[in-house]
Amino acid sequence: MKKIGLTLFLAGLALALGCGSGSKSEPYLIGGIFSITGPASYLGEPERNSMEMVAEEINAKGGINGHPLKLVIYDDEGDVTKARLHAEKLLQKDKALAIIGPSITPASMTVLEVTQKAKMPLISCAAAAGITAPAKDRFWTFKTAQTDEMAVARIYQYCQKHGIAKVAILTVSSAFGVAGKVQLLAQAPKFGMEVVGQEVFADKDTDMTPQLTKLRGTPAQAVICWGVGPAPALVAKNMKQLGFTIPLIQSHGAASKKFIELAAEAGEGIIMPAGKLVIYTQLSDSDPQKAVCREYAEKYKAKFKVAESSFGGYAYDAERMLNQVLAKAGNDQAKIRAELEGTKNFVGVSGVFNMSPEDHNGLTPEAFVMVKIHNGEFTLID
Amino acid sequence: MRFAGLLNRWVIFAIAVLALAAGLDNEYYFTLLNFIGIHTLLVVGLNLLLGYAGQISLGHAAFFGLGAYASGILTATYGVNPWLALLAGLAISGLAALLIGIPALKLRGYYLAMATLGFGIIVYIVLNEASHLTGGPSGLSGIPSLSLAGFPLNTARRLYLLIWLAVGVILALSANLVESRTGRALRALHDTEAAAESLGVDTARMKLKIFIWSALYASLAGSLYAHTLNFIAPASFGFMFSIKLVTMVVLGGMASIWGSLLGAGVLTVLPEVLTAFHDFEVIIFGAILMVVMIFLPRGLVRGLMDLREFRRYKREGGSLV
Amino acid sequence: MKNLVTDYWLLATGYWLLTLPILAPLLQYFISGLTNGAVYALIALGFGIIYNATTIINFAQGEMVMLGALCAISIYHLIPSLPIAFLGGVIIVSLVGLLFERLALRPVQDPAPITLIIITVGGAVFIKGVAMLIWGKEAYPLPAFSGDAPLHLGPATILPQNLWVLGLTVVLVLALEAFFRRTLVGKAMRATAYNPRAARLVGIAAGRMVQLSFGLSAALGAGAGILIAPLTLGVYDMGTMLGLKGFSAAIIGGLGSLLGGVLGGLLLGLAESFTSGLISSGYRDAVAFLLLLVVLFLRPQGLVGGRQ
Repeated sequence: MKKIGLTLFLAGLALALGCGSGSKSEPYLIGGIFSITGPASYLGEPERNSMEMVAEEINAKGGINGHPLKLVIYDDEGDVTKARLHAEKLLQKDKALAIIGPSITPASMTVLEVTQKAKMPLISCAAAAGITAPAKDRFWTFKTAQTDEMAVARIYQYCQKHGIAKVAILTVSSAFGVAGKVQLLAQAPKFGMEVVGQEVFADKDTDMTPQLTKLRGTPAQAVICWGVGPAPALVAKNMKQLGFTIPLIQSHGAASKKFIELAAEAGEGIIMPAGKLVIYTQLSDSDPQKAVCREYAEKYKAKFKVAESSFGGYAYDAERMLNQVLAKAGNDQAKIRAELEGTKNFVGVSGVFNMSPEDHNGLTPEAFVMVKIHNGEFTLID
Repeated sequence: MRFAGLLNRWVIFAIAVLALAAGLDNEYYFTLLNFIGIHTLLVVGLNLLLGYAGQISLGHAAFFGLGAYASGILTATYGVNPWLALLAGLAISGLAALLIGIPALKLRGYYLAMATLGFGIIVYIVLNEASHLTGGPSGLSGIPSLSLAGFPLNTARRLYLLIWLAVGVILALSANLVESRTGRALRALHDTEAAAESLGVDTARMKLKIFIWSALYASLAGSLYAHTLNFIAPASFGFMFSIKLVTMVVLGGMASIWGSLLGAGVLTVLPEVLTAFHDFEVIIFGAILMVVMIFLPRGLVRGLMDLREFRRYKREGGSLV
Repeated sequence: MKNLVTDYWLLATGYWLLTLPILAPLLQYFISGLTNGAVYALIALGFGIIYNATTIINFAQGEMVMLGALCAISIYHLIPSLPIAFLGGVIIVSLVGLLFERLALRPVQDPAPITLIIITVGGAVFIKGVAMLIWGKEAYPLPAFSGDAPLHLGPATILPQNLWVLGLTVVLVLALEAFFRRTLVGKAMRATAYNPRAARLVGIAAGRMVQLSFGLSAALGAGAGILIAPLTLGVYDMGTMLGLKGFSAAIIGGLGSLLGGVLGGLLLGLAESFTSGLISSGYRDAVAFLLLLVVLFLRPQGLVGGRQ
């Protein structure tokens, strides 16, 4: 019996190790790690789609200087361990030139340990500022998603302009929510804001009335909710039920048509920062992002038959930026990194990127615009 | 057990492990083998519990997490020696298992399953919320690597040797336990608790001992895991992982030491090999749990063996009474 | 005469106290707790019915809640009638429950409780995976049964849907009570639970009773899911936590007892709500499992002391 067990194990191992190839040849091999399934699939799926879309387009035109682009994309399922394994695989087995992703912060934090050590460029699509800072420890790491730092700055700017000085915050207890909470608390003094109440809710929570009831007892002039998925929509509905008169400000995690659909009437009047993709039709024609957003939105809708998403935009920008860099640097990873760092005025869906040795994100709070939901649509207000 | 027989399989095991260490050249394979090893440590303990004590733990990820975070927090935040931190993790997990096990195992039935379920979820929530200590949902980074007498274990290949040494030791310990008088008593326990008790076997005490051992193995696995990834996040220690562990036990075979290796190996490698698997991973795990328990409740290894025995009986014209 | 006056003053003082800023929220916590509690109660009853008939825990119960919600939502998309969606959802999920018993539990060679528990856990995971394939990972809304306009109860508000949840829970509990005490089938089920051998001797088909228990629990779960879908939205993974908390509620109240299930559910809902409001919202989910551990260790038969 023991022999059978051991034999089966060794056989299985041999089979697993036997499968697999991967050698560096003519094509430029780029890796992708996204949370295509699992709790963050609303990020990973559009990101994977966008990356593939860009690669297909460029290969149809003959590749980059004749080199076809080969993508190897793995699903980390929102799991840190899997993300790490996939990074190792892309590094050792597939011998990728660079990696785009992961979709979420914890996965990015562990993957960058692998890529930094291996001197492989990484362009993350996750939100935390800590992915590209401190710059001296992130030599090989970049990101295309706007940071939560910027989103909070924009929100507080808006509050200042509209005479809101006391806020209550309601954040989700996930990495995204916690990062947002940290920023909301840290930047408050800079903008003369006072956080008079803070409550949290779980990702899957369906009733936030206790937390909101508690916050209603504070002298807050606005409620700032930081979350993604269905929960922020439920917060909006709960607030309407409880008869809140103060405005609700959401994070950029709610900047999607799905949020409007789920919040229904409770969505009216909600304000949030969003990437320009969400309201590109309302931008002035002189805004260079308008054309890029339109192109992305139309192509994505045509190809995948569903609405485009700002999250997919992160991967879209990353892949396009990388292609531009590959055209100049070829398959030299050090050159790729240097070119990425030197990217200036790159017009993407998520913003206009200006990378530098100290800033591997390349965006400013202006990458966000403030939008308000009115009559079931996003309207540009700032 | 004959001494020659015992020596045989451990020799094979040691040779296989060392051969792979010398033969493989790709760090990725070592990383994969490291995770198989860590999962095996988790599964063996659970296996003993399920196969020999007839109890199930639906929250074993908690002990895994306690070990990982004990090691992680003590080394990353407080600079404690990693080996001491590992021992601290063992102490914490052992204590937790004792506190839960005593009341839960006194009662008949599957109260341990319910208690571990609750405990598992509570630990997960605490790991997530106590962010000042644990780093919260974004995880805890900067966990240093282990080092043996000044020799840093910071590559997958070096960790491989350590992890599989641990696996070998634990498997040997477990096999020893299983084949000893205590082990035979345990199997008796699993079959008829009343009869075992009438023979003077203190079932509650034995079940408690096994439960604590399984928690210690899990804690060890957790500490090794923390020093392998140098980063841990609460999401890895949730309810779904506890279920995955149960699936590995069930697949490999309850009450089968080598079955633990098989179950852990197959279910760690399979998702890597079949990338199309991802969308269906949840379904496949659920299906494995159901199908195996319905048709081959003793797991793949014993199930196939039973099949072989059955065929032999049929060939020899015997009956299976 | 004196009593009336004292009562009036007590009421008036109470009402006034509730409007004070410190105490006013308490009524809201109470109402939220009650409505969540009613849902937990329905799920707990589902666990109890199966436990009574088979002495196993059916961990797939939570997924029945999820299936009920999503099936009703899909039916509503085709036929925009809430009563039809409700009935359709309940019927389909009852069939799923029956199918589950038939395919996953009856063929088991060696029905040790541990084996059956693991199978139901596998079943729960499997059903969740199938739901993810069918409905995707999105959340879907269902319109409230009678509108969204909140009603005011002093300083607190309650939604009409909350009243539906509470009301239907009461109706269902009374119906179940009547079923088990007055009807022949119900009495047969209780007899099987008390003494399967004796029940068989008097001609009750134990197998049928088990089947019935699965169908009934699934129906209850589905009903709970459809009731809360307008409040919580339907998502493929909504069943897991609900199932686990409903299970905790069942243990807290006393597994197998109707009253226990209801009490456990309401107690859990209130405990969660007040913990969130008064202590900390981050640990709200832990309340269910903390209470579970406390009850398991101090009074394993639950508050009402159901059958062990």
